[in-house]
This record gives sequence, C-alpha cells and structure tokens, in this order.
Amino acid sequence: MAAATTSRLARPAVLAGPRLHRDPVWLRRTLIGLALAFLALFLLLPLAAVFAEALRRGLGAYFAAFHDADALAAIRLTFLATAIAVPANLLFGVAAAWAIAKFEFPGKSVLLTLIDLPFAVSPVISGLIYVLIFGAQGWIGPWLIEHDLKVIFATPGIVLATTFVTFPFVARELIPLMQSQGNDEELAALTLGASGWQIFRRVTLPNIKWGLLYGVILCNARAMGEFGAVSVVSGHIRGETNTIPLHVEILYNEYNFVAAFAVASLLALLALLTLVLKSIVEWRARRTASESSS
Amino acid sequence: MARPPHRLRIFLMSVEVSHLRKTFGQYTALDDVSLAVPRGRLTALLGPSGSGKTTLLRIIAGLEMPDPGSGAIRFHGQDVSQTPVGARRVGFVFQHYALFRHLSVFDNVAFGLTVRPRATRPSKAEIRERVHHLLRLVQLDGYERRLPSQLSGGQRQRVALARALAVEPEVLLLDEPFGALDARVRKDLRRWLRQLHEEVHLTTIFVTHDQEEALEIADEVVVMNQARIEQTGTPESVYDHPASPFVYEFLGNVNRLSLPSAGFASADAFDERSGRIAYVRPHDIDIELPHSGLTGEAALVRHIHAAGAVAHLTCARESRPSELIEVEISRQRLAELALTPGTAVRLRMRRAHQFAEDFAI
Amino acid sequence: MPAHTPRRILPGFNLSLGFTLVYLSLIVLIPLSATFLKSADLSLAEFWALVTSPRVLASYRITFGASLAAATLNAGFGLVVAWVLVRYSFPGKRLVDAIVDLPFALPTAVAGIALASLYASNGWIGRLLAPLGIKVAYTELGVLVALTFIGLPFVVRTLQPVLEELEPELEEAADTLGATRWQTLRRVVFPELLPALITGFALSFARALGEYGSVVFISGNMPMRTEITPLLIIAKLEQFDYRGATALAVVMLVASFLLLLLINTLQRWSNWRHRAAA
Repeated sequence: MAAATTSRLARPAVLAGPRLHRDPVWLRRTLIGLALAFLALFLLLPLAAVFAEALRRGLGAYFAAFHDADALAAIRLTFLATAIAVPANLLFGVAAAWAIAKFEFPGKSVLLTLIDLPFAVSPVISGLIYVLIFGAQGWIGPWLIEHDLKVIFATPGIVLATTFVTFPFVARELIPLMQSQGNDEELAALTLGASGWQIFRRVTLPNIKWGLLYGVILCNARAMGEFGAVSVVSGHIRGETNTIPLHVEILYNEYNFVAAFAVASLLALLALLTLVLKSIVEWRARRTASESSS
Repeated sequence: MARPPHRLRIFLMSVEVSHLRKTFGQYTALDDVSLAVPRGRLTALLGPSGSGKTTLLRIIAGLEMPDPGSGAIRFHGQDVSQTPVGARRVGFVFQHYALFRHLSVFDNVAFGLTVRPRATRPSKAEIRERVHHLLRLVQLDGYERRLPSQLSGGQRQRVALARALAVEPEVLLLDEPFGALDARVRKDLRRWLRQLHEEVHLTTIFVTHDQEEALEIADEVVVMNQARIEQTGTPESVYDHPASPFVYEFLGNVNRLSLPSAGFASADAFDERSGRIAYVRPHDIDIELPHSGLTGEAALVRHIHAAGAVAHLTCARESRPSELIEVEISRQRLAELALTPGTAVRLRMRRAHQFAEDFAI
Repeated sequence: MPAHTPRRILPGFNLSLGFTLVYLSLIVLIPLSATFLKSADLSLAEFWALVTSPRVLASYRITFGASLAAATLNAGFGLVVAWVLVRYSFPGKRLVDAIVDLPFALPTAVAGIALASLYASNGWIGRLLAPLGIKVAYTELGVLVALTFIGLPFVVRTLQPVLEELEPELEEAADTLGATRWQTLRRVVFPELLPALITGFALSFARALGEYGSVVFISGNMPMRTEITPLLIIAKLEQFDYRGATALAVVMLVASFLLLLLINTLQRWSNWRHRAAA
C-alpha cells in the first residue's frame, strides 16, 4: 500500500523554502515542536533503542552475535532471496511500465489495480497463499512430495513470498514516470531509424534511470526486511530456512536480547542506508527534472 | 493546376496519399483525404485545431496508421503504406522538438547515424563531419556540447531540424514548427526556414494553424477543415480564389455582407435575394464621402484605429446598424477624407465573392 | 499484418504486455485465487461458524479498532508534520523529511522488538509511564503504538504534494476578501486537502489491518484481548487448521480489496478535483 508514496519521483516537487510565512511565530513554533516531538517519539526513539540494546553489553558481545553459523546462514539466505526477487521484479516493472505507459489498450486501469494488489494484501496472507498451493495439503503439494521437491519450508517458498510482497515496487515507480515523459522522444528515435532495443537502451533507459534505481532501492529494502510472509512459508529451520528478520525473532523469543538487537541493528543500518540512498536519488532526479524542464 | 499525365506525376509528385480515413473511436480525424505534394516544394497543411492536419502529417511519417483498408501513401510512386517509420526515410520535427534530453546537441544530431547497423554506419570521422556541417547549416556551430535544456526555444527547434536532416530524408515533415515560440522568434525563424529550403530543396511539408505563416513561406497551401481538405493551391490562388466560405474566412479578415446592398457596381452579377451573403475583404472596399450621384452602401464610421501602416475603420450599415463592416484604407486616404467617428460615408466594394451553396448560412 | 488490429507504432507491445500478464498471473493472481477456491470447499454454514467464533470476533475488534485509532492519530499528526515540512523552514528540515520514510525502510520485526523494549515496564518510555499506572507493552495500547508507527508516512506523503501545489494566491485571495487566518484555513485550505487527507487515512488504515511483524512482539498475543487477526491466521496454520486459516484470510482479503477500491476511487476524486481546478 505504498502506492501514494512511491510516486515521489514522478512529480517535479519543490522541497525548497516556504512560500508562506504568514502564520504567527508562536503558532509556527508550536506546530514545528509538535511535529518534531511526534517524529522523535515514534521514529527516532525506536531506532535509538535498537542500537542501545545491541551495544548494552559492549562491542564484544555485539560482534559475537555475528560469529554464529546460524546468523551467517540467515544472512546468506536473505541475500539469495533478494538477489532473485529484486531482478525478477525489476524486469517485470520495466515490461509493465513499457506496456502501460507507451500503449493504449482496453483494461489498462484494471491491470494497474491488479499490479497494486500485493500492497493491499496482509503479509501473512501473502505467505499463506503459497502454502495453500505448494504445502503438503495444497493443490500440487502431493505431486511435489511424490517427486521429492520442497517449496514450502524451503528456499523456493521464501523466494516466492519475497517476490510477492515486493512485486509492485519498480512498476509503481516507473509507470507514472514514463507516462509523464510521453512518447515523443521514442517516436523521434523511431523516425531516425532506431530499432526497438536501441530506443529502449539509448532513449528510454537514460530518462528513467533514477526512477528505476529508486524502485530498486525500495524493493531491496522490503525484500531484505520482510517478516510476515516469509515467516509463514519458512518453517523456522535454524541455519536452513531462516532469514535475518526470522533469526532476530528466534533470538528475541529465546531472551537472547543482545544478539537479537545486534542482528536487528544490521537491518536498521540497512534501513538508514536505504533512506540516504533514497534521498540522494530523489535529489538527483529532481535536479535532472528541473534542468530538462527549464 | 492542370493535372499532368500519370507517369509524369510520379516524377513530379513526391508524396501522394489517396482516400485516407482515420478514426479515433467515435471521432473522425481524416475523412477520405487525398493529396499530392510536389517534389522539392514547401507545402503547408493549414487549418484550425482539430481539422486533421497533424494526423495527416503523422500518417505520412508512419507515426500513425490509417484505418485498416483505407487508402495508400506513396513516396515517389512507391507504396509505403506498410513500411515502418524507420524505413520511410522521413525527417520529422516534433512540435515540442522531442530532443533527447540526456544527450548533447552533437549526440542528438548524430543519433540517426549512430543507430545504423555497423555495415551502413558512417565512420566516426564522417559522422563528425556531417554533424558539424548540419550545425553550421542551422547556425549552431559551437553549441555541440550543450544539453537541450541549455538552449533557447528557437535553438532547440534548429537542433531538431538538424537531427531530422542528418539521416538525409526524402521528405521533411514539420509539426507546427513555430508553434511553441514567441512572436518575434517565430517571424525570424520562418524566414530562415524559407531560406534553408531554397538551399536544400527538400520536399517539405509543415503543419500550421497560422494563415499568415502559411501564405508567407509556402509554395503550396493545403487548407484543411473538419477532417477534409477544403482547397489546395499556391498562396495567391487560395487567397484570391477561395473555394469555400471557410477558406475565405480562414485566410484573412473578411466581411460578411447581407444582401441586398447598394455597395456593388451594377456590373457585378450577384444573387441579390435577401438572405444571401457576399464576402468582401476589408482592403477591397473603397470609402467615399456622400455626394449626389454617388451610389454605395450608406454607413456610419464607428471606430478608427490608425496605429500602423494602414487605418482600420469599423463602420455600421445604415440599413442594418447591427452589421459592422471592417474597412482598411491608407492613412493618407484617411487624412484626405478627414473621417472621424460619426461621419456618414458610402462604401463601394471593389471585389466580392459569393458562394453558390451558401443557402444554409 | 492482421487486417483488423490497429498496428502499434512503437515496438515491443506484445512482448511487454505478454510478459506482464504471465508474471502477474503466476506470482499474484493464481495464488490469490487459490485462496478463494480453497475456501469454496467449505459450506456456507461452516465458513460462517469459522469466521464468527468468539476468539475470531475478538481479533477483528482489536485489529479494526486499533487500526482505526492508529489511522486517526496519524491523520492528525500527519497533517501537522506535512504542514510543517511544506510551509515552514527550520534547521534539519531535509533530514526530518527523509526520516519520515523510516517505517517503510525499517523491517517490521526490528520495529517490533524496538517498540517492545521501549514500552516494556523497564524500557525507556515504559519506565516513565509505569508510575502513572499506564501500561503499553502487552496491552491494546501496545498494538496501537505499533500500528501508528507503521502507518505514519502515509498521511504525510499523500498530503505533501497537494500542499506543495496549493497556490499561495488562493490564500491571498481569501485574505483580500477579508477572511481571518482561521477562516481561510478552515474554508479554503482544509477543503483542498480533504481528499488527500482521507486517502492518507485509508492507506494508513489498510496497512495497519494486515500488519503482523511490528505488532506480535509488543502485543503479548493474548487471545480475546490483544490477538490480531493476522496472528490468529498463523496460529491456525501452526495447528494445521488450513480451513480456518483460509476462511479468515478470505475475510481479510475482502476487507483489503474493498479498501483498495475505496482508495482508488478517492485518488481519482482527488485527481479529478485537481484537474478541474487547474
């Protein structure tokens, strides 16, 4: 359901100075104070708590959390699932955006809504749907057992669930962007004799590169951090089907708080990195947009 | 224009379209349109917005397909209806230029050459040579490294033109080439385009809604209205011999005079029945002070606007005070007659036009 | 070329749309419809019994109730945050603007354990609230806190662009017509923001409904009190009660789809108002 927020790139917004300074100073200060207090309470404190708890017993205990075969296996699995889900959704996002932004066809708005569906579905259900198909009692579960194939409680299920929850990110970013850019440059390239692939690579891609990167950053953050959907299909087998967030859960439920928060701090750092990259891309994209529209 | 025999036409005619139809859902953009554009000439597609002119241009380029089964497009006698855009060898200049915003001026112009397959692609040196030549032609040498965003509207327009010319097209197509520019740049640029055309003599078709622009620079004007071609001809012939009331009104100021009127010489054989209309251009009206023996339409001067080379007068007919007539006379004549608002005058029509099928109006 | 299909000028339509539809069907549509088909195994009476048992009804109460409360809280504070970010300048504004997206970037499990440790009776905040007799962790309040956290960016991010595009002339016009500042805000600015505010509220609510990761650690998961519906689905799955889990999933899916429909309609309304005014 990040539909409202992921189109931040498509608009040439100005995050610049205020245009209206007409509210009285006391009101301005009160509102700024209120907003900052709210954000500090709900955003900064939890973030600080992660690092504080992780370092409660010092750096030694902190790093010890990572000298653990299960933790390393969880990190490996998370990277694997992300390395499959993100490129797959990237490819899908580009294809969907090309079809939707460059062509008119009946049923387009229905297709747009369908692409958004995974954002509307609870993560738990996102996992459940694959259990109902591939699980022991699912549609093709018996067939899978017969052929000694495992999807649920195994890596393929985790990859599938991760792909589902990150499905719309790149597409949602590219569609409004490509729609706002129109077809003129592609048509111009066509009149100049460029082939379809040349048009995409030399005209379209340079124009959407920031949007693409933005979508990939968001997609990646969600893929690495997904908890609910993966939790349903994983089976929580230590060292085998645990991703980083699932490993955090297990440590936490075993009251191994320092290790739990140490591993969680890894994810928190990833989140901060995501925010930084996202801001940089937003800034670059807006600069490019304002340059080419001037 | 007399129609040359068919074989000669192939030689003379560069672009021919016949019986084109194009519909967008319920809306008809082109309705059985046929047109032949002479080789090496500058042709204007002129019409109000929604008349189908841009659609026609895009179909000629191959950017739009006509309705299935309707008509054909031929370049030099060869049917290109099924030829994809890239293979038609047209140069197309888009209304908003569609420059590749991430590429420099040089790379924009070179694009059409660099996307060619290796076998037919010119060498790097040749490309550089050709681009520099074109940039000189459009008076933009020295701008190679700029990005489109660093150029003015007129400069972008010229880059778009150079880019289109780089692939050595057989036909150059321009969609509202001056539409996005301000008035002064517009005038300069259209004279420059005319000059450029004298130099390269490429068959060129441009779309415009500005009659002044079309009449000033085109060799051949195609007037379009409501998905159809109203008239084709040289600027003089369409201006002097408009084929329909629409063309008459679209190609300049015109008065619609309800008949009967005393303003015509008796030699003019007009259908004077009431309800009929005569079309008179403001500069085709003589103005006299009333004196005995003078015939003419009795009118009162309402308003005079004399800033400029000619004086524009608005007069009201005495017999129909609500019907206003615009008259253009020289400022010298205005001074001679000492006209002021309220002066009674007689109007005499030097030239007027009546359309046979005009009953409905 | 087939005679009756209009030819598309740009290449790649069949390839891109074909791939889109196949991928969409495989990953999303077929698995989702499997849930509905699976629930069709149940008779209507069975289905009804499963989705209206007391424990399930209690889970709806806490899920919908806390989501509604969290979305309301976010609508109020989100409006203030968006207003401050667009209209005022203050040091560190860019940083604050970037940090608003933290709930999108921070994995929900991390948020969950962080909030749980903050609000536990010995945590930074829990310690301050305990003497006042307020308990947050392992109560309904804990669920509210978690859902507020994850829904926070939605209202801010839907309001921001609308506020940015709101022309100053509109307010200046109201001033020249003699309106007080409060009248201008209430009668000129607020109506302009309303569609976006409702959209943000609905997005935040929809996100909260399905949330799992951030809630389970702080809620204590007590049946009949703080057990949210997604957790109940997992509980049923762990007991291999696939029928019960599927029935609950269908209820949640229908609620989500209705919300999605509502949000799409709201956004169209908002866009339409935008265009009508432009």
